[in-house]
Amino acid sequence: MGIAKVRNYHQAHWDEPIIFEMSTPGVRGILTPAVEEELQAKTGNVFSRLPASVRRETPPALPEVDQKRVLSHFLHLSQETLGSNLTPDVSLGTCTMKYNPRVQEDLVNEPGLACLHPSQDSDTVQGILEVYYKFEQILKELSGMDRFTLQPGGGAHAVFTAASIIRAYHRSRGDLGRNEIITTMFSHPCDAASPATAGFKVTTLMPDENGYPDLDAFKAALSEHVASIHITNPEDTGIYNPNIDKFTEAAHKAGALCFYDQANLNGVMGIARARDAGFDMCHFNVHKTFSSPHGSSGPATGALGVRADLAKFLPYPTVEFDGKKYYLDYDRPESIGKVKGFMGSAPVVLRAYAWCMMMGPDGLREAAEISVLNNNYLQKKVEAIPGEVTRYAKGHRRLEQVRYSWEKLKADTGVGTEDGMRRLGDFGIQHYWTSHHPWVVPEPMTLEPCETFSKEDLDEYASALAQISKEAYDNPEFVKAAPYNCAAHKVKNPAELDDPNKWALTWKAYLRKHQ
Amino acid sequence: MAAKLGLIVNPFAGMGGRVGLKGTDGREIQVRCRELGATPEAPSRATEALKQLSSIQGQVQIITYPFEMGEDETRAAGFVPKVIGSIQKGNTTASDTRTAAIGLQEAGADLILFAGGDGTARDIYAGIGNRCVVLGIPAGVKMHSAVYAINPRAAGKLATMYLEGTVRTIKEAEVMDIDENAFREGRASAQLYGYLRVPSEESFVQSAKAGRRESDNASVENIAYAILDQMEPDCLYILGPGTTMRGIKSKISPDSTLLGVDVILNKQVIAKDANEKELLRLIKGKRAKIIVTIIGGQGYIFGRGNQQISPQVLKDVGKENVIVVATKDKIISLVGKPLLVDTGDAIADNMFVGYVKVVTGYSQQTVMKVTA
Repeated sequence: MGIAKVRNYHQAHWDEPIIFEMSTPGVRGILTPAVEEELQAKTGNVFSRLPASVRRETPPALPEVDQKRVLSHFLHLSQETLGSNLTPDVSLGTCTMKYNPRVQEDLVNEPGLACLHPSQDSDTVQGILEVYYKFEQILKELSGMDRFTLQPGGGAHAVFTAASIIRAYHRSRGDLGRNEIITTMFSHPCDAASPATAGFKVTTLMPDENGYPDLDAFKAALSEHVASIHITNPEDTGIYNPNIDKFTEAAHKAGALCFYDQANLNGVMGIARARDAGFDMCHFNVHKTFSSPHGSSGPATGALGVRADLAKFLPYPTVEFDGKKYYLDYDRPESIGKVKGFMGSAPVVLRAYAWCMMMGPDGLREAAEISVLNNNYLQKKVEAIPGEVTRYAKGHRRLEQVRYSWEKLKADTGVGTEDGMRRLGDFGIQHYWTSHHPWVVPEPMTLEPCETFSKEDLDEYASALAQISKEAYDNPEFVKAAPYNCAAHKVKNPAELDDPNKWALTWKAYLRKHQ
Repeated sequence: MAAKLGLIVNPFAGMGGRVGLKGTDGREIQVRCRELGATPEAPSRATEALKQLSSIQGQVQIITYPFEMGEDETRAAGFVPKVIGSIQKGNTTASDTRTAAIGLQEAGADLILFAGGDGTARDIYAGIGNRCVVLGIPAGVKMHSAVYAINPRAAGKLATMYLEGTVRTIKEAEVMDIDENAFREGRASAQLYGYLRVPSEESFVQSAKAGRRESDNASVENIAYAILDQMEPDCLYILGPGTTMRGIKSKISPDSTLLGVDVILNKQVIAKDANEKELLRLIKGKRAKIIVTIIGGQGYIFGRGNQQISPQVLKDVGKENVIVVATKDKIISLVGKPLLVDTGDAIADNMFVGYVKVVTGYSQQTVMKVTA
């Protein structure tokens, strides 16, 4: 391939109404035939068995649309999105958008999984229990932890589960005054939000001039009230904190536990283990790092691992093996209880287990190495683009992602990161992820080129960014008015997004606030 | 209808800096500046800012004062201004700035750009208070106030975005100034004079994963409830100045002061705009806590804008009873720089050197380094 070209892309734009606006009274999707008299006589009125408290008095105000129009509607919407697998999925930094091999979809559609019911007796679901059990052994090896739960329904849920276990641990020791957790500004915001939801007070450490959390500030924040630290490494900047063991050491000295948010595992998978850095607990995002699809493509699973003496607090049931068969252990009196119905998302676990078995231990490590290599290759290209100046860690290599800054582009041309982000859609590339709020890095852009992507993919991506920079310097107003070829809109009146009297997340709210 | 942009240039602003005179307030200093060979800086900076408005030329009418107070700079940037008022050319004074601000506001300016420093900002504030949205083109020697864009070009761009309606958020920004005579003698003593309304460029695009950015008002509310819910009975609370502090004070009393130090006991205001003497009298033999916020853009928690909370007050109350509050945005705007104390008393300053906890929201805090 020669020089990467920027695509001449044009997306479908259907001017599609909201489905409620398409409703015509009386139109039906399906007319179900009446139940035959003989059957009716036997069953009686089945609805009468429902208690009055759960019965609607009036039918729900659902849109009334025929099947054909419903199908067209959703086909139109699908053509107006920039989803996965269309072009290089490098845009969503912190999300680890790697390719999900199609064979995994075949596996989860097999009747052996698809036809199972979670209430079946464990003797009849030995296969999926074996997958759970064996996948747990893989996660133990990757983390150095002693037990895992696969129940939490995502990363933030795993962090919440960790916070609940941390509380149970301190309570079990009679240590009742520990109601604070410490996290960092560049850790995922759920490391603050999930413990806050669990009732903890949160101290967030700011980055120092090199982008690392300040160890002395951390020591000043520690006290007999601190229950744990919740920290990511590498943080969302892609910078690996080489002093991480000094944080865990100081925390342990103060009687606190250490939880490692490993949503950013992809750059250290098979290379560095949470336990070896002094952590007591960690979590993995099975739906991203382990190649189960995520976002709207499928449900998530946050695998939470703990050291042996914390295992008794894990959610029940755990999957055990007695040498002959697999079984569920509900007899766990100190467990924090269930955090999700049944056993979590079995299809996510099956896909991830299949992926690990296909990759093998060396393959997992190689995935991490290639993701770091890809990132450093892309970083070199992006940093050569006028207007981008990366903050922090000058002269240090980053791991699997980089939080870039278009601050200079904004100062030079008035084109900010959100203008560039909208313009990127015009090349058929998914709009990039700026940063969690608040924006500590000004005009941010966070990219994570996983091991999936080829040199050609990365070259195409960098070419699109270079094109946007060139346009910004040549004709800033053009970029600011983007998009042109993409169905995504520029928000007409952004201030309304900030006004609780104007925002509408449901049709009902829209009618109330805008009609 | 064309947007109306007012422009005020303080032609003397910035002249004292390069010749080491610390400021240009007052006629004698301005004469000395000239004698020392200083040249005006504000005019070229104003012109540079105005050139950024070329994209909305034709949609904007610039209203300004004669000659070097704006007319010359506007023409140099390629615009034809509407000129109002009259001045004595080459001999303008602070009262011209005040009169110009009033004139431009009455002429219906949607935004007043002014080139100058803290003295100019104070004059604008003295003239029109916060009746009009303004924005500073940084051109002074002293710039402790928070009303300036980071450079003249940024001022021009932000003005453009405000006038064309792409930036709509307004924030209140501190007007601060130090006593130049004291500063020349080596003492810095910045006072908080008030708040001007300036446009603020916020991020508005909704990002599904992050949710909405917490607005400044919501952050202040969040802090206010965190403080109110923790207030102990029969303990005196000395509340410093600032908009974040106003968020707390306004939940207790509608007529609390923005610029002054108020004292609260059992959620009642017992002293408004108290001075050092009054504070010392009130806290004598009582349990007391001090709540302050970061004043100005440089990160001061004591010694700027809240001098009433004197070294003696701080020593009597003790470091362990000082609560610092600040919005996350304010902390981020310090870009990793430490908080500062400068009370004029080394012992009081050293009480705070090290690390302090800063309340940033309900059950939320951070830890920040403090240097003297």
